[in-house]
Amino acid sequence: MVKLIINGMEVQAEEGWTLLEAIRWVGFDVPTLCYHEGLTPYGACRLCVVEIGKEPRSKLVSSCTYPVEEGLIVRTHSKRVVNARKMIVELMLASSPQSKTVQDLASQLGVQQIRFKVEHEDCLLCGLCVRMCAEQMMAKAIDFAFRGGDRKITTPFDMKSEECRRCGACMYICPACQLRCDGPQAEQDICNACLQITPECLKTYDDVMCYLTTCGACLKQPETKQKETKNNKS
Amino acid sequence: MELSGIQKIIEKNGTHRSALIPILLDIQDEYHFLSRDALACVAQTMDIALVDVYRAATFYKYFSLVPKGEHLIQVCLGTACHVRGAPGVLNEIQRKLHIKPRETTEDKLFTLETVNCLGACAMGPIIVMDEEYHGQMTVSKVDKLIESFKKHEGITKDEQDKKH
Amino acid sequence: MSRIKSIEELEKLRETIIEKQKARKLSIAICNGPGCLPLGSRKITQAFIDEVKKQKLTDKGVEVRATGCHGFCAQGPLVVIEPQGLFYQGIKVEDAPEIISETIVNGNIIDRLLYTDPDSGEKIPLEKDIPFYKSQQRLISGNNRLIDPNSIEDYIAIGGYKAVSKVLSEITTEQVIEEVKLSGLRGRGGAGFPTGLKWKLCHDNPGDTKYIICNADEGDPGAFMDRATLEGNPHIVIEGMIIGAYAIGAHEGYIYVRNEYPIALKRAIRAIEQAEKYGLLGEDILNSGFNLSLHIVRGAGAFVCGEESALMSSIEGKVGEPSQRPPFPVQKGLWRKPTVINNVETWANIPHIINRGGKWFASMGTEKSKGTKIFSLVGKVNNTGLVEVPMGITLRSIVFDIGGGIPKGKKFKGVQIGGPSGGCIPEKLVDLPVDYESLTSAGAIMGSGGLIVMDENTCMVDIAKYFTNFLSEESCGKCYTCRKGLQRMHEILTDITEGNGKEGNVELLEELANVVKDTTLCGLGQTSPNPVLTTLRYFKNEYESHIKEKKCPAGVCKELITYSVDPEKCTGCMVCLRNCPADAVTGAKKQIHHIDPEKCIKCGSCYELCKFDAIKIE
Repeated sequence: MVKLIINGMEVQAEEGWTLLEAIRWVGFDVPTLCYHEGLTPYGACRLCVVEIGKEPRSKLVSSCTYPVEEGLIVRTHSKRVVNARKMIVELMLASSPQSKTVQDLASQLGVQQIRFKVEHEDCLLCGLCVRMCAEQMMAKAIDFAFRGGDRKITTPFDMKSEECRRCGACMYICPACQLRCDGPQAEQDICNACLQITPECLKTYDDVMCYLTTCGACLKQPETKQKETKNNKS
Repeated sequence: MELSGIQKIIEKNGTHRSALIPILLDIQDEYHFLSRDALACVAQTMDIALVDVYRAATFYKYFSLVPKGEHLIQVCLGTACHVRGAPGVLNEIQRKLHIKPRETTEDKLFTLETVNCLGACAMGPIIVMDEEYHGQMTVSKVDKLIESFKKHEGITKDEQDKKH
Repeated sequence: MSRIKSIEELEKLRETIIEKQKARKLSIAICNGPGCLPLGSRKITQAFIDEVKKQKLTDKGVEVRATGCHGFCAQGPLVVIEPQGLFYQGIKVEDAPEIISETIVNGNIIDRLLYTDPDSGEKIPLEKDIPFYKSQQRLISGNNRLIDPNSIEDYIAIGGYKAVSKVLSEITTEQVIEEVKLSGLRGRGGAGFPTGLKWKLCHDNPGDTKYIICNADEGDPGAFMDRATLEGNPHIVIEGMIIGAYAIGAHEGYIYVRNEYPIALKRAIRAIEQAEKYGLLGEDILNSGFNLSLHIVRGAGAFVCGEESALMSSIEGKVGEPSQRPPFPVQKGLWRKPTVINNVETWANIPHIINRGGKWFASMGTEKSKGTKIFSLVGKVNNTGLVEVPMGITLRSIVFDIGGGIPKGKKFKGVQIGGPSGGCIPEKLVDLPVDYESLTSAGAIMGSGGLIVMDENTCMVDIAKYFTNFLSEESCGKCYTCRKGLQRMHEILTDITEGNGKEGNVELLEELANVVKDTTLCGLGQTSPNPVLTTLRYFKNEYESHIKEKKCPAGVCKELITYSVDPEKCTGCMVCLRNCPADAVTGAKKQIHHIDPEKCIKCGSCYELCKFDAIKIE
């Protein structure tokens, strides 16, 4: 067993765990995008960064790839970490505003501005599809190609791959392919609709009645119902 | 491209995974580019997924997936050359040949490349034409240099025509 | 030559070679280094060989030697005549017969080929008296001149492989590590990790299979010291590696050389072959029972492969993507085995440390940075070349005493040090001592030792844009913040240099740069914002002129400048008119010319060609 300190709390973790596993095991939440429990951690999106060590020598590391170490001091929500995550999400918003995952992250982390030129690059190069294809579907039909700004995910020579079985697992797991919900601001680069919501339950009770990270399920419901009824009519 | 040649290169280097990049380097040296067939042959013989071979072939700058032109123009964009005006020289070549770095002219005469440092910083800005160094380049020298190659090429082409 | 089987045999061989070399009365050492080769030094060497034959001097003890880099690239091609150390510069093929008949045969010095001191105007005949060499301490590079890099015997003659016989016969692995620790040597490749400690950590890691690697993937634009070392003295690197391998218990090693360095590759391959033939590599080296084989791996062109985990991944046949540390290479490196990886210059220091002791080595340099460092001094400086100086020397000494200051009397603005991930240090910090700590505190890094001098005509925003673009192309692209962050920084910098800068750009750049620094995995990403951060720190006013006044004070950023003719100075010589690629210059002979701003493509060819300084940049 490895003893480490997460947010001031002493935690016992198993040898070989990653920081993310230990953090989530004790119940803290760290946002992730390129992480998936069923796949090898890759550490591409950098959203899961945490601050380790003591200031001024502390540094940020991606918790999904960093192994637990004896005596390590970990802070999951230090100012430095929170600001870094917000900047990462702002970058993602500017390049892939159509992704629901990214919009949700923006609301969750309170990112309310985009200071970069908005583009529609779609793919975040998180590599979930690449790992899904190789590790779960055993196909190895797609992979990264090129590097730097030219990096992309593709089949060899951008051609139909003989290995591909059209299983669709890559699309299933893609965080950029999942389209945004039809919120009140569906066309805007930042939705932030969830942020505008006052929990319904507070109108009646003194406490919020549920602990979902992004609140609003109860509020959104009537709206969705409205839409559905509209659709049914037409 | 003859696949037997590729096979020979693989034989020489072995089929261990660590031989992949040496093999691709040898193919590039021998045939000046990596063809689709060559990569497929490497993947099959070495028992590596084609995506892995393709990924390596696109990651490293030395490899080219398309055949290069007859003359290779390399413009050094190292820091020393940059501060001495290499971007202007590069611009002029691009303007003159209507190609961007890593592209080949339509007549397949010139391929333009940029390199990061040739270690001959005292001579900067430098361009290398077919392995011959031209130092202290300026925008006004570009024109003459390219023209001299075109002229030379013109003569050899005439000669070829005569032979046929 | 048969294998050397023992230390005694090595010493006997050394004596024989030295005895044989006594017949050499005069040596003509011709620099065939990276700077002189493109100037035709190979042909010059051949001319000397032919001439020596022609004048029948071969039997009279005249030796012609093509050597590695002498350092003073600005004056190349260089020829040094030994043993006096007579220094001839700017040599052409035609000079060879005269040098042979005048200097070699008659002993006369040819005045016009000597170096002229720009300050005093005096001719300086001997290499050691030239200001460029005077303030240097050429521990590693100094030997280049003395040996033919293709000859293991030359290397043995100057004491080569003595350190290997010492460690294999007298001292234990622990003692070797202690000695290296005592020397205070730190990695010369970038981060400056203490070499002895690295070896100790690897040594203490259990396992029968360990590896050593020499990182010769020198990718920094404007840096070529590792190339010069590997080309000029490959055996010293091999000797260093043998000692390192012995210390950590490795029996296999790799030298990873950039494919862009074909000569370094050839020399390294040849040196390994020779060392094997002489029994200095292979099985049972010098009868000690210690085995080591070395292999060459060619890098296929990726800057990021200079990062150690990416380099190892590349040796394994994969793409050069850095991986998570820990585990560190000393724990799980190449093929998940404990591995020590050091760069060329680090390895080249090892034999010196073993021969002369760690204590001696530690006497050079500052408290925390020991020994010497080779810098490639390039850019807007008179004496371009490779310089080797003791750690702790000031920037002023390097740029002015050794470098001879800025050409054309221009004003010194600063230096960019440490490669693309280094930083720009302004003129006001010119007395900064050059050591790991001081450079880091100034926002730069030692890096592998590129030192680019900049003058008043260098635009710092343009420099930041240049490096950001370089790094964004060379990033492997895995970490989102490195790939996208660099792209966005480049986008903002491009806007600024094209006159589209906005209020708030500077703050955003700074914020983004700090996040990129914090959230990326490898050394490339973590240091990639340094050019932006240091230029913001020291040259914020330049950013502001670009953004607020839409002006480029250095006259570099095309969109922000206009070229015009100064009517007072224009003589109407027609040179600019004839050479303008856009036909933007109008005028007639002996009449003042005019540049049409609509047609002008701002290539600058008129500015560079005008002999009367009549082209103005505004």
